[in-house]
Formats: sequence, structure tokens, C-alpha cells
Amino acid sequence: MIVEAGTPAPDFTLPDQDGNEVSLESLRGRRIVLVFYPLDFSPVCTDQLNVYQEVLGELESEGATLYGVSVDSAYSHRAFQQQLGITIPLLSDFHPKGEVSRAYGVLIEERGHTGRALVMIDPDGIVEWSYTSPSPLEIPGANLIFDALERSAA
Amino acid sequence: MRSSSPPAILDGDRVRGAGPVDVIEYGDYECPYCAQADLLLADLPVRRAFRHFPVTSKHPRARVLAAAVEAAALQGAFWPMHDALFADQGRLDDPHLWQRARTLGLDLDRFEADRRSEAVAARVSVDFRSGVAAGVMSTPTLFVDGAPHPGVPGEALIALLRGAADRC
Repeated sequence: MIVEAGTPAPDFTLPDQDGNEVSLESLRGRRIVLVFYPLDFSPVCTDQLNVYQEVLGELESEGATLYGVSVDSAYSHRAFQQQLGITIPLLSDFHPKGEVSRAYGVLIEERGHTGRALVMIDPDGIVEWSYTSPSPLEIPGANLIFDALERSAA
Repeated sequence: MRSSSPPAILDGDRVRGAGPVDVIEYGDYECPYCAQADLLLADLPVRRAFRHFPVTSKHPRARVLAAAVEAAALQGAFWPMHDALFADQGRLDDPHLWQRARTLGLDLDRFEADRRSEAVAARVSVDFRSGVAAGVMSTPTLFVDGAPHPGVPGEALIALLRGAADRC
């Protein structure tokens, strides 16, 4: 089960695509959206992060900071980010593999990668909204993030 | 860009074809699958609207190309420019756009000014934003009776669209 709204978000410290460590603690005071996706270079993800990138300015102006998360290595993330031409940072849940994804309830154990899920965390580190895609082939639209932001502002 | 109800063809849409079913196509001129989808739809008895969905991190020329088609539209040549881009996606640089504009008999100075205008950029953005609000996440995405169909239409969808006309 994915982490539910109203519960504290599990803490994490993960390297980004450049090897810089990013922790939930260091992001306190900001509203963040974790975008869990199955794997770098799988064709469906490509469109997901590209479309989020296209509306990134607007998401940021509404106060959201996005991070992609998958079980791929930081080196893979860097190559993937460059191939997509995106600036959204990608966090590497590589070692111990999938540990953070498991804590968030989005790891698909039998496949060894995460499902497709979104988790919005408020500036105090509390889960504000979470969403799991019914199947890895169904990509959560950017509109769902805008909807969640509107609800959090209400 | 929060969620909106499924899109329907509106007054401002670029529409062609006639038939009992409405199809809205979100596409990008740099996307080969969009060209393929567009060709498949051309053979079907449907009324179809094309809306711009440029994803520039994937296709750096996408917004420029959408703006060029909208600039052509201001001289009455939306569909001729639309078809001319999809017909040759290997030639999408500026000189290729000028060449197409000349071939279509457009006023080149006006075309150049219009394709860089704020009004044209805003027109493209209206389409894109409507797509995001409808949950479009890949190109092409077709909407038929409000239901999204991402990807190049497969045999089942094509049969459905053809069959709807046969029943009338």
C-alpha cells in the first residue's frame, strides 16, 4: 500500500543524477512531488517526464518541486536525463535496492522496480496526496498534480 | 491546468472531414507517430480536429513548427501547411519552412512575423493546455467520444471509426 495522506513521509537520503545526496530533511519547507517510475529508458516513462518538464515552470510557480525516483543507478539517471533533455532531478534508489520505494509502498517486489506513483509531501514532511497508477502502462497526467496543488492551496 | 472534462470540438478548433463521429487529435509535427496517425485518420469518415501538443524537451522544433502552421492559418493555409510538414519530417528547419510557405503562395514577410507573434504562441498554448488538462501524456493521443486513445490508432479503433459510419 502506498503511503497515505496525513501520515509522515518516510525519510530518505538518495543520490541524484550527479551523485549529490538529497534528503527529505534537506527539503523541509518546500512542497515536493516524488514521481516514482519503473525504469530509466523504458519508453513510456519518456513521455511522462517530458510532459512534466513542459509544465515544470508552472508547477514550480505553484510551489511544487519535482523529483523522479527509480531503482536505477545515478550514472543511468544522468544519461537518461540527458537523453530526455530534462532538468527534473532524478533520485537513485539503487542501494540497498528499492529500500525507499519499499518504505513508500510503491516497490513491485516480484519485478524489482517501482510502480508508477506520485507522492506529494507538504513543507512539514507530511504526505499530502498520493496516487498509484492502476498499471505501469497508465501514465498519471500532469493534470493530477495541478489538481492536488489546488486542493492543498484551498 | 487542473483536470477538465473530456474535450469536445469547439468553435476555435481546426476541423476537417465529415462523419458521424468526432475525433480530436493531439499531436506534434516532429513526432513520426503523429504523422502516421494523421494519415490513417485521413481515410476515415470522421470529423476531426487537430490540436497542438508540442513537447519541446523531446522535440526541440515542436513549438516552432506548431507556430508556423498557425501562422499559415492566418493566411488561410492551416491544412496545407499541416500536411506539408507531416509529409516530410526530415526537412523541418527554417529554410524548409520558407520553401513550403513560398510553394503555398503565402506572403513570406507576414508568415515570418506571424509565426513569432505572441498571438500565435498563445493559440498554440491554448491547445497544449487543454491537452494537459485532459490528461494527455503522449503523442499522438486521440479522443473519441471523450475517451482517450494514446498512440497510433490500432485496427480495433480504426474498425470502430469506420463501423460508426457504416451504421448510419
